[in-house]
Amino acid sequence: MNIHEYQGKELFRKYNVPVPNGILIHDKSEAVRAAEEIGTPVVVVKAQIHAGGRGKGGGVKLAKSPQEAEQHAGDILGMTLVTHQTGPAGRLVRKVLIEEGMEIARELYISLLIDRQTSRVMIMASEAGGMEIEEVAAETPEKIITEVINPVVGVKPYLARKIAFALNIKGEALKKAVPFIMNLYQCFVKEDLSMLEINPLVITGDDGVLALDAKIDIDDNALARHKDTQEFRDLDEEDPNEIEASKHNLNYIQLDGNIGCMVNGAGLAMATMDIIKHSGGEPANFLDVGGGANEEQIENAFRILVSDKKVKAILINIFGGILRCDILAAGVVAATKKINLQIPVVIRMEGTNMAEGHQILKDSGLNFIIGQGMKDAAKKAVQAIQ
Amino acid sequence: MSILVDEKTRLLVQGITGREGLFHAGQCREYGTHLVAGVTPGKGGQTVMDDVPVFNTVKQAVDKTQANATMIFVPPAFAADAILEAADAGVPLIICISEGIPVYDMVEVYDYIKDSGSRLIGPNCPGIISPGKCKIGIMPAHIHKKGNVGIISRSGTLTYEAVGQLTALGIGQSTCVGIGGDPIIGTRYIDTLKLFQRDRTTKAICLIGEIGGTAEEEAAYFIKKNITKPVVGFIAGQTAPPGRRMGHAGAIISGGQGTAESKMKVMKKCGIKVVKSPADLGKTIARCL
Repeated sequence: MNIHEYQGKELFRKYNVPVPNGILIHDKSEAVRAAEEIGTPVVVVKAQIHAGGRGKGGGVKLAKSPQEAEQHAGDILGMTLVTHQTGPAGRLVRKVLIEEGMEIARELYISLLIDRQTSRVMIMASEAGGMEIEEVAAETPEKIITEVINPVVGVKPYLARKIAFALNIKGEALKKAVPFIMNLYQCFVKEDLSMLEINPLVITGDDGVLALDAKIDIDDNALARHKDTQEFRDLDEEDPNEIEASKHNLNYIQLDGNIGCMVNGAGLAMATMDIIKHSGGEPANFLDVGGGANEEQIENAFRILVSDKKVKAILINIFGGILRCDILAAGVVAATKKINLQIPVVIRMEGTNMAEGHQILKDSGLNFIIGQGMKDAAKKAVQAIQ
Repeated sequence: MSILVDEKTRLLVQGITGREGLFHAGQCREYGTHLVAGVTPGKGGQTVMDDVPVFNTVKQAVDKTQANATMIFVPPAFAADAILEAADAGVPLIICISEGIPVYDMVEVYDYIKDSGSRLIGPNCPGIISPGKCKIGIMPAHIHKKGNVGIISRSGTLTYEAVGQLTALGIGQSTCVGIGGDPIIGTRYIDTLKLFQRDRTTKAICLIGEIGGTAEEEAAYFIKKNITKPVVGFIAGQTAPPGRRMGHAGAIISGGQGTAESKMKVMKKCGIKVVKSPADLGKTIARCL
């Protein structure tokens, strides 16, 4: 689960990771008071959306007076911010963070993530702060420092020092950087984060070390044990169809095509999208109904699929294991009748109780198109919309 | 022959008194797997399925029944603990079906397991089957057929798809291993490939991957150097958008890494017969035999 910058900074404060003073506002009328309370000659007005690249898109602005802060807040709140991470549709800005301005001596980069190769937490750092790390990795990979953390000992002072020295942090700032890095690791592990990125991590003119940004992804599987971070979920940042699907335990991701898919299992669901594309069509979504799709689940899935107006046909691809084909077929028939589905439905079923399943489809009198194998089913779905 | 599980496997099931655990333990037994014990803390002394004893701890179960493999059906919040208990009791093969284990729990588990004598398969996997001999997992048994193709996969139903195509062509499988869809798993492609290379029955290998991470690329380089048997590969998620988790916790393209395209490219370069369409898996393997 992604969270906002201001929420990430809240977490940082909890672990004594220094961040600039800031106040979150929802309306431009709150801006003057917020800027005055912060009290620095310059404040920064930052759009809060779940996407990077906000600065380039015009979502981050400096203000030299509270009145200017109000003006910027007015411009940013309500704007649809388009960045390289939002897609062309962009995101509506509903909140802005007013933050103290400061004299920045150096801009660095640090991130923590789960490294799949070593199955451990990895720290990545670079002196090239402010740049996208992917860019740095592509152009000057030697500038990226990586440290893999042994879970038994965690980040000890020597390791934090090693990273700080590698980043050329010196003097008073070094003394602050060591606990900064150690505390950051504690935050990552104790809060069950799957990604934490600070870009930039700044060294100020007076040798302060601060997280100027906070990009955090919390491990969904661990949310159940973090009641407080569960509150960080912002439904405004999610696709309404995906929210609806998550309520019914359906794993759904909306795409741009016109063939809706309903599949059991994540791997098969991806493979179904792929074969639609190979057959000359475009998948409208990823949808994994899991192992226990009953009539109600199928009905919910249909509703979600057809609420996407681009969807012109539905392809159901089920390899019955635990999920029996007869149960599935009965569910599809009932749901089709109940929601009076008007678009073509192509069904490919294989596995447990396949023959019974096909009989149920046939006896229903509904106009299902039957696919023999994945390839045939995908081809028929593409033909059905031509 | 086959790998990992066969007629000599003595299975214990952790979480056997739960609905899913009981159902699948029964299914495995029906297939012919020697189900010797169950473990549910606090329910020791009971029996399930008429004659399968339930123990409080894995250690007791192993001491009394000489179980040499365990299948874990414990809710995700407690599954890491169950894996550690099995490894601590010295169970040589631990198969964790549970999906949704917090990833940091797996960081700790992985660190413990790698220095233990146990092998962990999964988590978030369908299990292992050596057709005609032993099934430990949730896969539909009847689609399988005894034979000489080894299958390794990160996905459940997509493996069934490949098995279904093979069986329909009259081609059987030596062992099918679901290694799991999580970012951190106990046994990766390479470990399984080594076993298939050594197994005399296995004549060809099918490797089913998906987007996310670089395990398939590592496997491809390993295959080029060490595997003499033909390998057919497929990567799911060729049309998946970057930055989105496609059902499996590990199926995500992040920072430009883990795309199907880059995986397929490396696999091809390393001599693997890569199929673009999942519908072509069966017939491509058939041509290798």
